[in-house]
Amino acid sequence: MQRGLPWVVPVLTLIGWELASTRGWLSTRVLPEPLAVATAFWSLLRSGELWQHVAVSSMRALAGLAVGGGLGLLLGLLTGSSRVLETLLDTSLQMLRNIPALALIPLVILWFGIDETAKLFLVAVGVFFPIYLNTFHGIRSVDKGLIEMARSYGLSGWALWRHVVLPGALPSVLVGLRFSLGLMWVLLIVAETISAQAGIGYLTMNAREFLQTDVVLVGILLYAALGKLADVLAKALERGWLRWHPGYQVQAA
Amino acid sequence: MHMTELDGAALTLRTLPEPMRRLRAIPDASQARTGAPRAEGLAVEVRGVAKAYGKRRVLEAIDLRIAPGEFVAIVGRSGCGKSTLLRLVAALEHADTGEVALDGAALAQHREDVRIMFQDARLLPWKRVVDNIALGLPGPDGQRRAREALAQVGLAERADDWPAVLSGGQRQRVALARALVHRPRLLLLDEPLGALDALTRIEMQQLIESLWRTHGFTALLVTHDVSEAVALADRVVLIEDHGIALDERVALGRPRSRGQAAFAALEDRVLQRVLREPARPDGEVAAPLPGIETWRWAI
Repeated sequence: MQRGLPWVVPVLTLIGWELASTRGWLSTRVLPEPLAVATAFWSLLRSGELWQHVAVSSMRALAGLAVGGGLGLLLGLLTGSSRVLETLLDTSLQMLRNIPALALIPLVILWFGIDETAKLFLVAVGVFFPIYLNTFHGIRSVDKGLIEMARSYGLSGWALWRHVVLPGALPSVLVGLRFSLGLMWVLLIVAETISAQAGIGYLTMNAREFLQTDVVLVGILLYAALGKLADVLAKALERGWLRWHPGYQVQAA
Repeated sequence: MHMTELDGAALTLRTLPEPMRRLRAIPDASQARTGAPRAEGLAVEVRGVAKAYGKRRVLEAIDLRIAPGEFVAIVGRSGCGKSTLLRLVAALEHADTGEVALDGAALAQHREDVRIMFQDARLLPWKRVVDNIALGLPGPDGQRRAREALAQVGLAERADDWPAVLSGGQRQRVALARALVHRPRLLLLDEPLGALDALTRIEMQQLIESLWRTHGFTALLVTHDVSEAVALADRVVLIEDHGIALDERVALGRPRSRGQAAFAALEDRVLQRVLREPARPDGEVAAPLPGIETWRWAI
């Protein structure tokens, strides 16, 4: 009873929506009936079209994350551990950070045209900053007492990094990763909506041309599902890597 | 204060955990089991050491000799520079003038022989207890040695726990094991028991004493607890006005009991000496605060 309670409102909404559509109160141009969305989903799944688009979009997202996130991690590690590099780079990066990635779109189109590179660039720029900032902050906030202890116990160089600095910065890096994952999908959606030959954005924009609101809705729900999936994976990563952290420890029943 | 500690001592002897009671009964048991050679303690010689943070003088012309295997406690009011002296010996800070020699050689030559225990345990929260102890241990038998050291402090069954689930006293015992696993010839203790409750503190004191007697290292303990200093040390050194104001030999047999009249008399005498000089109005607390970094080290 208690567990079913949170689902009452969504289920009622769905029933109301279905009723409104079948009775003709709600035009299909505004919203298709839920059943039509389910049918569209099913037929796209059967034809294999769905997987193709999801795969294309996911690859773009992951490639952008790998490039932008990798660079952010690298630069964050560098500026976090070297005062010289911080002075040299941090101010410039902080200035660039204030430019919204989406404001770059006209320039990006001029530079890269409208093919894959442009999408990859946009996603990479967007995910770079959360990871960079949180990595930098994570390294700077590693407990100085622990570093002093490790040094006096004979650790230095790479060993000090591996055993003390990196694990200490990890919680913060993972926070950056979760921010990035959210931004990653937003930027990809925009990039795919501008122009694409495949992908979920292409699917929805194409369906819009033919007033297939049911397929548009399938696309929107797919983005939502992929976003949720990325978040779940990031959480799993946190639980796996931060098992030592009191905040992530599974309570013994 | 005194009454509570006396009660505490009586209680502790009965409630001491089993591994520790064994340790106390046969102090050389662990040594026989591990076959570890009894490391010779390092001789410490502090010569004319002075240290200032900016304009604030902390230590001036400090001369202190510690014989190999000796247990010396440094007491003093907070901010008197006793922790700074310890940090100088640990090579965590550098003296402005003067020098510290270990066995007649420079500090840098004995880095592997000196281990320090901090007031906070400073365990790496992302490593399990046994891996914390094995930190910096070379070779594949690090784990085995870490578990042995853990057994010596009576926490063998907590080897695979995260530090976050340990109590304050258990964390300090792990920190002690981490220091001992390197078989130090000089163990520096920077108020390691300051944050513990009275009962746990007495347990830890007994553990430190028994391990010191087993391993034979030189020990230098900084504490604000005069009773702790008298219970553990061969000599009690008082730091006051940037210098050594008192260097008192503790001529009491071991194990010591806080109930002994001689113990109480000595503790009282040292305490009275510490308290004799009232806090000066222009003392450290009232002095203008230096930069936050320097201020941190001074406490």
